[in-house]
Amino acid sequence: MSVIVFYVVAVVTVVGALGVVLDRNVVRATLSLLIAMLGVAGIFLVAFAEFLALAQILIYAGAVTIVILFAIMLTRTTDLNINLDNPQRPVAFLIAVGAFVLLTLTFVYSDVPQLEEPTNVAVTSAESNSTGFETVGDALFNQWAIPFEIASVILLVAMVGAIALARGDDQEALADAPGEASEGSA
Amino acid sequence: MDLELLHFQVLSAALFSIGLYGVLARRSAVLILVSIELLLNAVNVNLIGQAALIERPPDERVFGQVLAIFIITISAAEIGLAMAIVLRLFRNRGTANTDELDTMKW
Repeated sequence: MSVIVFYVVAVVTVVGALGVVLDRNVVRATLSLLIAMLGVAGIFLVAFAEFLALAQILIYAGAVTIVILFAIMLTRTTDLNINLDNPQRPVAFLIAVGAFVLLTLTFVYSDVPQLEEPTNVAVTSAESNSTGFETVGDALFNQWAIPFEIASVILLVAMVGAIALARGDDQEALADAPGEASEGSA
Repeated sequence: MDLELLHFQVLSAALFSIGLYGVLARRSAVLILVSIELLLNAVNVNLIGQAALIERPPDERVFGQVLAIFIITISAAEIGLAMAIVLRLFRNRGTANTDELDTMKW
């Protein structure tokens, strides 16, 4: 049963991904990314990664697509029918096919001991009937607490950096002034 | 036929190759960044497949999901920063096409 669901969702994902790289319309390519991301969220659900599926929909389908659409709108030039692909397209196609064949062969011949079917990572015992959410949260905040904190600092730095970079020219002089606090209000 | 690890791995390889093609073939910097998101998601699909199917105790298999969380975090940071850089480039040079931004090429 799960294999049928997997195939359906995988086809949706691959079609969305192909739309991202092949579509002649920039906005449609970005909306194809949305389809691909929702498909990947479905793949996560098949593999019992409920939290990841939620995060995928919230972050990719919600935030990242919006950010990309904003960037497209702000960098749009007057001529809409420009060629979106560069001349090295045939080489790119060969490299992509080569990468696919190489990766697939590697995966086929790799010998990883694996389970019969996808299983939830939740540790179920007699006294605790924990869910995948609990197990992931437990691992994230106990064993992986320091990487988690570093990741939060990276997010903060990226946010401040993005604000500083994307600010208009007229405010550039202000940025050098000491005690300038526009980051706090953003 | 049962769902096995190879299914996830082949899907991951397909997504990765499609993203690689996009990175190499697109002109617009924005679309190249979109393709990079595809690459990152290919890795996530592989990690989640491993987390669900590899023969390990559950408290080790959960590491696959934790790593995927970090990849999502880093890619969100990356896309925000990269889009800011693309906006800046567009404002300074009037284009976001990578083949026209060749000031450093001799």
